[in-house]
Amino acid sequence: MTTTTDLTTDHSRAVADGSHTHSPGAASAAPQGSRAERLTSFSLDDIPVPTGREEEWRFSPVARIQPLFDGGLTTAGADGSGVRVSVDAAPEVKVETVGRDDARLGKAGKPGDRTGVAAWNSFEQATIVTVPAEAVASDVTSVRFDGEQAGATPSAAHVLVKAEHHAEAVVVIDHAGLATLNQTVEIDVADGAQLTVVSVQDWADGAVHASSHRARIGRDAKLKHVVVTFGGDVVRITPDAEFTAEGGEVEMVGLYFADSDQHQEHRLFVDHAVPRCKSRVTYKGALQGSGAHTVWVGDVLIQADAEGTDTYELNRNLVLTDGARADSVPNLEIETGEIDGAGHASATGRFDDEQLFYLMARGIPETDARRLVVRGFFAELIQEIGVESVEERLIASIEAELEKSMSVITGAAAPADGAEEAE
Amino acid sequence: MSTLEIRDLHVSVETKEGPKPILRGVDLTIESGQTHAIMGPNGSGKSTLASALAGHPKYQVTSGTVTLDGEDVLEMSVDERARAGLFLAMQYPVEVPGVSVANFLRTAKTAIDGEAPKLRTWGREVKEAMGNLRIDSAFSERSVNEGFSGGEKKRHEILQMELFKPQIAILDETDSGLDVDALRVVSEGVNRAKENTDVGVLLITHYTRILRYIKPDFVHVFVDGRIAEEGGPELADRLEEEGYDKYVGTSAPAAV
Repeated sequence: MTTTTDLTTDHSRAVADGSHTHSPGAASAAPQGSRAERLTSFSLDDIPVPTGREEEWRFSPVARIQPLFDGGLTTAGADGSGVRVSVDAAPEVKVETVGRDDARLGKAGKPGDRTGVAAWNSFEQATIVTVPAEAVASDVTSVRFDGEQAGATPSAAHVLVKAEHHAEAVVVIDHAGLATLNQTVEIDVADGAQLTVVSVQDWADGAVHASSHRARIGRDAKLKHVVVTFGGDVVRITPDAEFTAEGGEVEMVGLYFADSDQHQEHRLFVDHAVPRCKSRVTYKGALQGSGAHTVWVGDVLIQADAEGTDTYELNRNLVLTDGARADSVPNLEIETGEIDGAGHASATGRFDDEQLFYLMARGIPETDARRLVVRGFFAELIQEIGVESVEERLIASIEAELEKSMSVITGAAAPADGAEEAE
Repeated sequence: MSTLEIRDLHVSVETKEGPKPILRGVDLTIESGQTHAIMGPNGSGKSTLASALAGHPKYQVTSGTVTLDGEDVLEMSVDERARAGLFLAMQYPVEVPGVSVANFLRTAKTAIDGEAPKLRTWGREVKEAMGNLRIDSAFSERSVNEGFSGGEKKRHEILQMELFKPQIAILDETDSGLDVDALRVVSEGVNRAKENTDVGVLLITHYTRILRYIKPDFVHVFVDGRIAEEGGPELADRLEEEGYDKYVGTSAPAAV
């Protein structure tokens, strides 16, 4: 039996300069090359429902996301939304539920795609998590979204995590159960603050989730932004990071594990608009089972004023079985030559049979050997997260993923003992 | 006391043009405590023999038998062969990123013995074995073979041979790429294992220099997928003088 594995590493959109020109009016219809010219707006009229041919939707199962394009969704947490929202905050951290007219909302960037603008126009109440100036949170603050019903009404949520100047905190946003959720996570890291935001998508089968993360990072501030995606039918996360003053730093770490028929998409955009900021993007994913599809797009824009920028982005995918597909597209646009460093790397590889042979030749059974290799693939990244409780859960989740389909994997692999191939 | 018996072994390798026969009827018996050197020109099938015995999926056994103490090795999976007591020191050890040497050694030892090694004695044993092979203790935390030099990889292979205590060890060109010092350290490791565990060794090499450190009981000249001549250590000396010319017809010096 032969199944073609579709491995895609698409560098076709990597551009070394900002030489593209597009007329601003034609924003939504034609594919857009430069992130500098991508239309962003709070108005539903400006960003219509996509057809799937648009640059930012070309890898996505648009039909499955359709319910989230509606700009009038129920607010998650409200009666009948089928989603429970709960917050467990560190003592130093303030949590509020506010109306959509709260002046603090909508300050970090603007929606850049249809789900983003639909989420913004839908929510009635938002959750604001504030780490007061100079406060150091003594514990992790947890925000949970629990989907509670099958065939849930599509709903929308808005979270603002605000670290005031020189504050320090870790905020973990969890997603579990069954839901159809469109979400915005605004992240505001004020001058000198150090914030870690972790978003874990551990949905049940059947969940559909789109989330626009929009971060702005102030002077000498540091954001560690972690995305972990395991569950759900379709998960599409679009983290944007924008520097507003010099000396800012963002570290964006992502880890995903896609099973059969899961679509996991992560589209990042780092906007170096000001000088002397640093960004590091590291995303790693594993895929197993037919129809497993992951998409990683990493856009980095170094604007003309952003001298002394230091940026590097990396995406690696490990394809464990036939029939899975990983798309990986790094884009780097550089509008000034006065930078410290700019690079990217992308690689998608199959499970290495020689590694398997080496480990098995030391007596290690195949399932254990595969587990070792996959754990090894993620090990370094997990250590980078720096939030112990999350790291432990993550290791357990990876184990569970491997457990789930190990029988499929071992069944698919040719035994080395000379057994006949089934035809 | 163990015996590895290879009888009339024929092996093919998968190529784009279909299966290509490499081994054409190998007969060889190795017993505990014995050291057999297999020498031969490049392309004679020496490494194929090593890989086929370990069960590499690229190689297909088309006929013949291999038994370890009467058990059919060819029916065993790769890991079962290792647990039965076969060990292959590879010519090109594979990098396994993110898996530390310490974790790898413990996992393999547990698999081979069927139980986890005693924490306290195991740590000491590993440390001592690493010291003997002049492997820096910092290697424990490094990923398996990742960024290792050629010599470090080979010492790591012999480290495993010493720790896993196989019945029969196959050393596939363990001497290749080693300078004199490293060759001596590696050879000492093999000799220690022979002394401590009575392991049977199948030593595959192109050159005779490793045989100055590891004394073979038997020397087999491997040509065109089978054993062309057999003898004692004196056969190695003759190969050193004469090379493989007489077996292959064309010029292919054995020792330089």
